[in-house]
Formats: sequence, structure tokens, C-alpha cells
Amino acid sequence: MQFMLLFSRQGKLRLQKWYVPLSDKEKKKITRELVQTVLARKPKMCSFLEWRDLKIVYKRYASLYFCCAIEDQDNELITLEIIHRYVELLDKYFGSVCELDIIFNFEKAYFILDEFLLGGEAQETSKKNVLKAIEQADLLQENIDFQMRLFAGCQRSRDPAQRAGGNRTDINIIFIAIHTPPISQLLCCM
Amino acid sequence: MPAVSKGDGMRGLAVFISDIRNCKSKEAEIKRINKELANIRSKFKGDKALDGYSKKKYVCKLLFIFLLGHDIDFGHMEAVNLLSSNKYTEKQIGYLFISVLVNSNSELIRLINNAIKNDLSSRNPTFMCLALHCIANVGSREMAEAFASEIPRILVAGDTMDSVKQSAALCLLRLYKTSPDLVLMGEWTSRVVHLLNDQHMGVVTAAISLITCLSQKNPDEFKTCVSLAVSRLSRIVSSASTDLQDYTYYFVPAPWLSCKLLRLLQCYPPPEDGAVKGRLVECLETILNKAQEPPKSKKVQHSNAKNAILFEAISLIIHYDSEPNLLVRACNQLGQFLQHRETNLRYLALESMCTLASSEFSHEAVKTHIETVINALKTERDVSVRQRAADLLYAMCDRSNAKQIVAEMLSYLETADYSIREEMVLKVAILAEKYAVDYSWYVDTILNLIRIAGDYVSEEVWYRVIQIVINRDDVQGYAAKTVFEALQAPACHENMVKVGGYILGEFGNLIAGDPRSSPLVQFNLLHSKFHLCSVPTRALLLSAYIKFINLFPETKATIQEVLRCDSQIRNSDVELQQRAVEYLKLSSIASTDVLATVLEEMPPFPERESSILAKLKKKKGPGAVSVTELDDSKREAGELNGGADRGPDTAAMAASNASTPSPSADLLGIRSAAPVGAAQTNAGSLLVDVFSDSGPAAPSAAVNDDGFLRDLEQPTETSDSLLVEGSGDSDSAPPSEDPAPPLSEADELLNKFVCKNNGVLFENQLLQIGIKSEYRQNLGRMYLFYGNKTSVQFASFSTTVSCPGELQAQLNVQSKPVEPLVEGGAQIQQVLNIECITDFCDAPLLNIKFRYGGALQNLTLKLPVTINKFFQPTEMSSSDFFQRWKQLSQPQQEAQKIFKANHSMDTEVLKAKLLGLGTALLDNIDPNPENYVCAGVIQTKGQQIGCLLRLEPNAQAQVQMYRLTLRCSKDTVSKRLCELLAQQF
Repeated sequence: MQFMLLFSRQGKLRLQKWYVPLSDKEKKKITRELVQTVLARKPKMCSFLEWRDLKIVYKRYASLYFCCAIEDQDNELITLEIIHRYVELLDKYFGSVCELDIIFNFEKAYFILDEFLLGGEAQETSKKNVLKAIEQADLLQENIDFQMRLFAGCQRSRDPAQRAGGNRTDINIIFIAIHTPPISQLLCCM
Repeated sequence: MPAVSKGDGMRGLAVFISDIRNCKSKEAEIKRINKELANIRSKFKGDKALDGYSKKKYVCKLLFIFLLGHDIDFGHMEAVNLLSSNKYTEKQIGYLFISVLVNSNSELIRLINNAIKNDLSSRNPTFMCLALHCIANVGSREMAEAFASEIPRILVAGDTMDSVKQSAALCLLRLYKTSPDLVLMGEWTSRVVHLLNDQHMGVVTAAISLITCLSQKNPDEFKTCVSLAVSRLSRIVSSASTDLQDYTYYFVPAPWLSCKLLRLLQCYPPPEDGAVKGRLVECLETILNKAQEPPKSKKVQHSNAKNAILFEAISLIIHYDSEPNLLVRACNQLGQFLQHRETNLRYLALESMCTLASSEFSHEAVKTHIETVINALKTERDVSVRQRAADLLYAMCDRSNAKQIVAEMLSYLETADYSIREEMVLKVAILAEKYAVDYSWYVDTILNLIRIAGDYVSEEVWYRVIQIVINRDDVQGYAAKTVFEALQAPACHENMVKVGGYILGEFGNLIAGDPRSSPLVQFNLLHSKFHLCSVPTRALLLSAYIKFINLFPETKATIQEVLRCDSQIRNSDVELQQRAVEYLKLSSIASTDVLATVLEEMPPFPERESSILAKLKKKKGPGAVSVTELDDSKREAGELNGGADRGPDTAAMAASNASTPSPSADLLGIRSAAPVGAAQTNAGSLLVDVFSDSGPAAPSAAVNDDGFLRDLEQPTETSDSLLVEGSGDSDSAPPSEDPAPPLSEADELLNKFVCKNNGVLFENQLLQIGIKSEYRQNLGRMYLFYGNKTSVQFASFSTTVSCPGELQAQLNVQSKPVEPLVEGGAQIQQVLNIECITDFCDAPLLNIKFRYGGALQNLTLKLPVTINKFFQPTEMSSSDFFQRWKQLSQPQQEAQKIFKANHSMDTEVLKAKLLGLGTALLDNIDPNPENYVCAGVIQTKGQQIGCLLRLEPNAQAQVQMYRLTLRCSKDTVSKRLCELLAQQF
């Protein structure tokens, strides 16, 4: 895989991961071009397209597009499932993940991705093992109640803004949260 | 604080992110960001030492700002500090920042590498993984230098934790991809292969990516992986879905690992060991069988994972291309997918079937799906799927179905998406030619193509139909009749007029017996289109007319009258005017015999690779076309491959010239005629139009005897003139990796090319650089020839073209990288595409680096791209000239220089130089006949700049002097041109 991009339906880039060396200028150009191309496609169209000499594999989850660029001999369908597995990992970690989780905890999204994919290749495909690695890392933290961390997944608030440590009365965030369906809602029906 | 997210809540960060999200406008966002940047800067600079948490928080904010798309130029040091924190989250954020924002700041790299080294030796698996992730994410050469030998040790050490092994394997893969020379094979390689047997599936999954990449480069060293991979695959394929626990994905056992195993096997030929091969065939059969079983889940993930393995298995079957049974089964399976309700599967099936079509075992099986594929072309709603269907039709085409497929593609063309039309046109043209049994069908098809999609018919296509008609006398009469009928249409495409003009000019006599297409009717039909056509087509038609005079003496009077009328003989376009004058003269002076010799029928073209095929290949990249070279065109494919691979030997050079426009090819269409031989010269540049796409680099400047189409633009410089001129510089450049400063004589070298486009730019004892260039409007193409004058190869040969300073915005120069090796005595070629955005003064720089006997050679030249290259000559009358001269009377619009003559004042030399400048040299304008007056328009992307020039020699004075005056609609241009020209005379 050469790179992975996450962007919203409005074209805002939420996460970018590059596995080939490119200048910032090139990255911006590629991002702009691809976001435009992918957003212009209709829902029932196929998830693959040829772009320059690469193959683009993308899929939409709720308001977010996940888009990977792979090389000619790479497998499109398995890449589609790489995307899905990543969504599952995010979902399991955040508990019903939505776009806001990725905005407010972007660093976590990167850490999870690094455990799953490294250098553009699948490193660990077991969901349990990836999450174990992340949980272990979380456990290494100081001055935090260990017990709470371990079971945080069950006890956390449903409000992503609050999870991120934001103010509950922050109207804007709540407003958006209502309108951002959890990605996982789509996970179930697929 | 129960509401904090997992990990570390950074409240300040969350507040900042919500602030940004609350911003109503871009400006507000930028304002908020600048405020934050100022705050962070002051915190970092402040006297109070920051605690780890604050540092982490601020670094994280910077990262967020960067990811929003803003530039970050500080904070790197703080991030590096975090690396050595003993708190995990701080270290983690530090590494993340470094991974995302790394730049090759050498001092920092040293510090970063130190921190990584500490973590790698910490024996704490979590820290080790972090360090390995960072190396894998950055993957820079500096890191490869520091760690390429350390990581293999970690990877194969007996006591390394599984998770660390996984990271180490992929980290090494990344380093190997960026710096293969630094990752040395050794004792560890055999142990890496055995990771395929590892108990931990995750370790196998990670290691196999590394093994696959290494096998591609060193197949022999990793041969043992084949049997290991087969047994691993066999165990997975035969396992129940519950056996592999968490590595089972939606009831499919280890799909990622299976795909990677099948992929690894594609690096090798079929196993020789019968037992291994048997086991593998069994696996492949099981995979094909499973595709027929009812799904274990309705979820799309289940079917995707299952089919991912299936497609990978089919790729392997195609790769082996030796098991007819499996190939046919694969084809049938794909056939089912062609009608699947999932668009993704239809797309992949079409794509995969394309490669199946090239196997002799499955070609027939693929053909049985023709109706489904045609239907897909007509009904698929997604253009990318239709494109695949068109590709497949092209791939499955052979003699038996060519007529049907070509007809379907033609009818699809009428409604095809614009994005794929050009490619479709090329494909139709190729199929029509390749499978033409009767050539009347071929002619019909191409003319239909021009009728339906004339705009997308490239020159190659109509050149090709003419080449074929000329070479096959059985089709000439039919072609003449058909094209005559096609021209009857009230609106016909200009390409049709071109083909019509050419064919009737050659073979109009074959249909002249019919009173409905008598010579005069033919002429009038052609001439009725004349006024609607562009200059090159008109020029072609004029040549057709003179051919008519030879074919049908009865049309002579009519045609002479046409040639004689003012709109021809005084045409403002120099090429048209010249043709009219010369043809008129030729027709009235020459005897019938001479005329018949001069205007003889075109000799057959030498058989050569279809230029269209080359074009399609160029469009799609290598491999795309070779699929179709099934039976009869093996030879052609060989040639093509030779053409694509630009070897240093001359044969390959010639081949590459044939597949890309050759250096002598004529960008300007008609203007700089490149006669190929005396016999052909006679036909005038009509012939050259056709030849220009394939004319070998040879005698581009052999001047024609009769002087008809003497090339005004081009100085007589031959393409093999690489052995003339050249500066005496011979010293090797300073051994630095940075581009050397331009040579002291770079400006001088540049000046040599102001008035000419071809020649030797530079020469020393090692290297010679020749240039050929062509310009049209604001575009140019430059061919650089690098010749190795020594008998030793140049290694790491690389060239870089750069536009320093403001030139970057003024000129766009694109180049393709060159082959890194130049053998002794060989020459390589590089093509540059140049676009003039706006007027400019500086020249782009060309830096050349290579190793000669170990020493780095590094030199920088100025590329002779000067503003005058974008001149279009403008003809005008004396009164027009003076009127415009007066209009450009503002003082800054004029630039004047009086200077001593550096060269002789020979009239012909001066004229040649002024013409070489690109302007039109106007006669009878200046009252003083000694003076020279020129006019031209500089074409840039954004605007046109009119320029008038006057050069007044004073030969009488003791010291010969010139006065040069320029008036341009843009003041900077006047100045620049004046500077450039003052050096020339």
C-alpha cells in the first residue's frame, strides 16, 4: 500500500498515512485530487478505480471515506477488508466510533493504525492482538486509575465530545455529534 | 475525571480542537491557529522549564495544526526531547511527531537516531516497537545507514518477542525498499525464510511481506520458501474456520496470510518437486471448490475475504499458465462473476479475464463470454467498469470475432465517455488493422472512426490508414471511392479531409472514369472544404492539387487559377504562400515528363511497427498491449519491447525513435520538412507529413536538390552533429552531492542557441551533450542526448532540470528520469517538455551527475530555453509595420543597444540568424535596404506579446557597428530580447 487517507463527506482530511516518501507539496496535490475524484463518485459505483499508475480502493463508512492507494499487483478485495478491519479496530477501541472520535483523538487513530499496518503491509490481523497491544500501552500510563483504564470501554460516556475531555455544554460539538452517526451503525448492517 | 478518553486526556488539546471546529471562517481559523502558535512558541522559548506533560500537549497541538494543512517550522527539538522521556505516552507523541513531520535536518537526525538506538536496546518490547514503527514510518536513508544491520539481528534473535519480530520484519522491508544497497543479505536470510513456519500467525503474516519482496530481487537465495509456503497454505486452506481462532475473519481462515502466500508463490515458476506441486494444485482446487459452496455468512466481508483469496489463486494459475484444467475452471468462475450483482466483483472479473485471454489454454474459454462482455459495455452504469469491459473485448479479439467486436466498439464510441474515447479509437484502429482479412473492411472501419469520433482520432491513426492504402494496391481504388463518398457529407471532420486529400491526390485517377467522380468533380469537392480547414490541412490540400495537375492535365487551368488567386499566392501564412507560389511555378515551367517524375506516385512505406500500437502502449504503459500479442503478432511485440527499453546501443535507439516521436519528428506539422530521400522529396511535404512520425533521426537537414521546400526555420544542423563544436572545458566538477554552480561559460553556451535549436550544448573529455528542440506556440519539446565519450560506463547517471527563483512560476519544464547507466561510447536520450507560462529572463538549469571511475562528476549548465523560442513569425505590410511601430511608442516599450560587430556582416548569415530567432524577416519595409526589420508574436500561456525589431548595420564606419532597436508590448521582453540579441551579431 502506498498511502491511506481518511476524509469526510465535506472533503476534510481526517487522517493521512504515507508509506512512500513524497514532498508535502505532492501529498497535498494527491490529496486534493483524490478527495475530489472519490467524492464525485456515486454510491453504487465500484469501490476500485485506476488513478495514475495506482489502484484506488475506497469505502464510505457513515460520513467518512477510507481510501487506500495500492500497487498494480496488490489485491483489491483484501484491501477493502483491511479498511474494514481498521474500522472494526477503531470501533472496538472507542466503542461505537464516530468521526468526532477520530478528530479529537487523532493520535490514537494513528497508534492503532501503526499496530495494524506497518510500512504499508498488514502487521497483525488479529483484532484481539492489536487491541491488546494498544491496551498494554495505555496501561503503561502513570497517575491514572488502572482499573478504570482496563474496563474503560464499558464505562465510558456515549458522548464522544465528553470522551475527548471536552465540555458537555459545548453546544457545537453535541450538535455535530447528533448528526454524525457512529461508523459502527454501518458496521452492523453490512 | 471519569469522562476522559482512554489513554491520556489532554484537555488543552481538546479545547483547542473544539475552538478550531467552532471557527466560522477560514480567516478565523487561521487567526486562532496563529494565536496558538505564538503561545506555544513563547512557552518553548520561556525561561521556565516545561514539564513533560505540557511539552507533550504542545507538540501534539503542533501536530494537529500541521495535519490541518499548515506549515510548522519549530517544535522539532521539543519532540526529540520527548523521545527520551521515560513516560510512555510522552515518548509515543514524540515519535508520532517525528514520523509525521520528519525532515532531513542532519543534527536532529543524529539525536533521533540516538533515541531510537536507546529504545532498541532497552529490551522493553513496547519501547522497541515504538522505535521500529518510527523507523518504518520515516524510512529515510540516514535511518537505513544507522539501523540496517541491527534490525535483522533483532528479527532472528531467539529471545525476541513476537510483536517485536513483526515490527522488525516490516521495518526491514521498508528500509529494503528505500535503500536496498544498505540491507545486506547474510546468515539471517535463511532464518527469515523459516519464519514461515512460525507458530505465531502474526509473525508469519508480517514476515511473509518481507520474504516476498526479498525473493523478487534474490529469487535463488530464497528458493526454499516455495515448499514452506505451500505447506503453510495447505494447512490454512484445509483448516476449519474455527481452527485459527482470531485469525479467522468472517468464517474465512487467515485471508490476509493466504493472499500473501499466493502472492509469494507468484515470484517463482511452478514447483519442480512433484509432491509439492501436487499439494499446491490441491490447494488451488480447494479454493476453486470453496467458491462454489454456499456462503457461510451473508456479510459482504465474508464474500470479499473469500474472493480475495480466489482472485489471488487465479492470478497464480495465470502466472503458471501450465494447468489447462485450472485455467478453464478459473475462467468459468470469473464468467459467473461477470453477472454477479456486486459491481466490485464484475469489475475484478473483467480485469482478471483480460489476463486469462492471453493464455492459449483459456483464450477460447474467455471468448465464450463475449455476449456478456458486450452487454457490460452497453449497460454498466460505472464508467470504470465499462472501461474494463472495453479492455477485455480488446484482449479477447481474434480473427474469428474481430468484425463483431470492432462493430460493437464503434457503436459504443458514439456514446462513450469522453475520458476513454481516445483510447477506444486507438484500440479500434489497431484491431481493424491487425485482423483485417479484406482491406476494404479496414478502410471502412477507419473512415467510420473518423466520422464518429474525428476529434479523438490522433495523427497516428490517419497516418496509418494512408500507409496501408499506399502499400496495398488491391485496396486503393476502393479507398478512393469510399473517401470520395465520405467527403460528400455536408459536414465532415477535418481528419476526413486530410485522408481524402491525400488519397485522391494519389489515387483519384482510379475512380476518375466514372462521370460522377470525374477529375473536376473530385477537385471541386476537395476545394469546397478548403476554406474550413486549418493551415496544415490546407497545405496538404495544395499538395493534392499539384498532384491532380499531374494526374489529370485537364484540371491544370482550373487549379492554376486557384493557386494564382490572391488568397493563395499572397497568403499571410508563409508555408501556404510558398506552396502556392512554388506549385504554380512548377506546373507552368516543368514539362509533363518532369512533372510526372516529380509528382510520381508515392513509393510503398517500409514495413514497420504500427505507430498506433506504439501510441497505445505509451498511453497504457508496458504490459497493457503485450496481452494482445497472441499469435500472429509475436514479432511485433518483440519489436515493441525493444522499443520501450532504451538500451544504449544504436539499434535500440532507432527502435525507441520509432515508438516515440523521433527527435527529427516534426512538432510543427509541416514546417520543418525532413526529406527522407530525393525521390520522396519530390512529393513535397505532403509526404513528410506522413513520414514525420517515424522518420529516423538521420538526415533531417539534407537539403533538397530542387530547393522547393527549403526549410527556412531550421539552420542546417544535422542530428548527428554531436561531434562538432563544444567547449574546451574538461576538468571534472567538484565532488559534491549538491548541484554544482553553473559553469562559468554557461551563459556563453546559452547564447549559441539563441538563434538555433539544434547542436552541441556542451562537451568535455568525458561527456557530450547534444540538443534538438522544437517549439510550437507556448510549448516546446527538447531532446537531450548525453554521449559517453569514454570507454568506461558512467554509473548513477542522473540529471535534474530546475527553474531557479521566479522562473519557477514562469516556465514549466517536465522531464523523465534517464537510465542510471551509460555504457562507454553509448548515448542516451532524454525528452523535456516545456511550457511557457509567462515571459521570463533566466534560463532553466540542467544539473548532471554521474560517477566516472568512482569519482563523482557534477556539472550544471543553462538550458538554452530563451524567450524568443516562443515566437510566432508575423508577416505584415510596410504600412502595418509602421503603424504598429508607432503604437509601441512608450519609452519603456523600446529597448535599444548600439554595439560593435563580433561577427562578419554577411547578409545571408544575418538573415539566417534573424530567421533562427523565430521572427518573420520582412522585406521592403525599411526605406534603407541595408536594414533588417522583423516582426513576431511571443506566445505564452497567459498572453501574446507582439514584438518588432529593427537592426541597422553600419558597415562603413571604421569599426563595424550595429544599432538594434526592439519594441514590444511588454517592456521586460524588449529588454531581454535586446540583451540576448546584442550577443549574436
